[in-house]
Amino acid sequence: MSRPTTVIVGASIGGVRAAQALRAEGYDGEVVLVGDETALPYDKPPLSKAFLAGKATAADITLLDEEQAAAAGVRLELGNGATGLDLAARKVELADGSRLSFDDLVLATGARARPSPWGGRSGVHVVRTAADALALREDLRRGGPLVIVGAGFVGAEIAATATALGIAEVTLVDPVAVPLSRVLNPAVAERFGALHAERGVTTRFGVGVTGIDSGGVRLTDGTRLDAATVVVGIGAVPNDEWLRGSGLTIDDGVVCDRFSRASEDVHALGDVARWFHPRHGRLVRAEHWTNAVEQAACVAHNIVHPGTPRAHAPVEYVWSDQYDWKIQLAGRTGGELAHVLVPGPDPARAFAVLYADRGGGFAGAVVVNWPRASLIARRALAATAALDTVQADIEALTAKEERV
Amino acid sequence: MAVVKADLQACQGYANCVIGADDVFDIDDDGVVVVLKAEIPEPDRRRVEDAARTCPVSALVIADDGAGE
Repeated sequence: MSRPTTVIVGASIGGVRAAQALRAEGYDGEVVLVGDETALPYDKPPLSKAFLAGKATAADITLLDEEQAAAAGVRLELGNGATGLDLAARKVELADGSRLSFDDLVLATGARARPSPWGGRSGVHVVRTAADALALREDLRRGGPLVIVGAGFVGAEIAATATALGIAEVTLVDPVAVPLSRVLNPAVAERFGALHAERGVTTRFGVGVTGIDSGGVRLTDGTRLDAATVVVGIGAVPNDEWLRGSGLTIDDGVVCDRFSRASEDVHALGDVARWFHPRHGRLVRAEHWTNAVEQAACVAHNIVHPGTPRAHAPVEYVWSDQYDWKIQLAGRTGGELAHVLVPGPDPARAFAVLYADRGGGFAGAVVVNWPRASLIARRALAATAALDTVQADIEALTAKEERV
Repeated sequence: MAVVKADLQACQGYANCVIGADDVFDIDDDGVVVVLKAEIPEPDRRRVEDAARTCPVSALVIADDGAGE
């Protein structure tokens, strides 16, 4: 009998953590980690921050080097991405034409940057891979002006990094009048928008882009922004096209049950997975680092213990570091929810916004520069709590600090 | 017995470790990890290693007691 094989397709955080978690669970079969990039697996959050700034090297962001892979018994198949799946034959087809047999398959191909709908030219960037970040870093060396289209977390982080690098003219454009207002109530979203202006970034919110040409960006209000460099940060799309026709259900990601199973012995995790979230009672796709890591642990458990599978029912958690602001979001947040603001020890810099569902239950939190408050919120979300209880617990933090 | 090593400079207060193993990790008022229990009995080791692997900045290592570094 040959040993069983688990093939993991996708060598970013989710794929790497799945390989490590399989070994931690005591899996003694072969583990093959397939990636389309030739670089060793690396971590993506630094791409818009320390790596873009040149403060972190490729080695600093490496998740698994050859030595660690060998020690963990993980075979790296890099620079040779998957191109197709033959479910009946239990084989994955790779770019070089070879086929890998599997007993269990883990789909962790992530998402890619949504491409610029305004066409490309030299100096127009997206940031999703290390190569993307290096190309942008190179262009930023020439100085400004820099125009960033899209004021989501990635765009905001790049604006902060560029400012710290000394780029004089940075403009952040977003067609939404108050960016992030989908996930934040307007008053808090406005505070986030104001942060950019305070740090010297020009904001053009509520104005769309009509085109990008050799000299700059044209806006819907007829104005034109000069740009030596343009970054387009308008979201991501799941890398699921290669699975079309495989027999799996593909619908804005790989559709999975609560155990992250797309079919018998096929599991998906991270940005590419749309699984049935038991807490929400519906299919969810999450593009968050922590979700990929937690789902990887869950999938590894389910591969090693198929008789006692664990449902993946995480409390959502995402962070963003912008300028000297550390922003943490947990659970559900958003303008349609009732909310209360709790000032932190230094209210100008630190605060927590707590959101409630209709019944007064605690639904989620946005916390700025106050990790302990964020932790209280996450624990309360895991346990189910009333908003006023969580509020009292967080207010007690400042009362305690004032006594000291 | 395994020991927990925490890089206090690298820690950014994401607190994933506390969610994973709150008997071993906490964070202080400045958002820096506090190791509540540096020595990890073998039966707890896997669970604590799982928690360490959720650190976004790889600030936590579970090492064999007496091992170098």
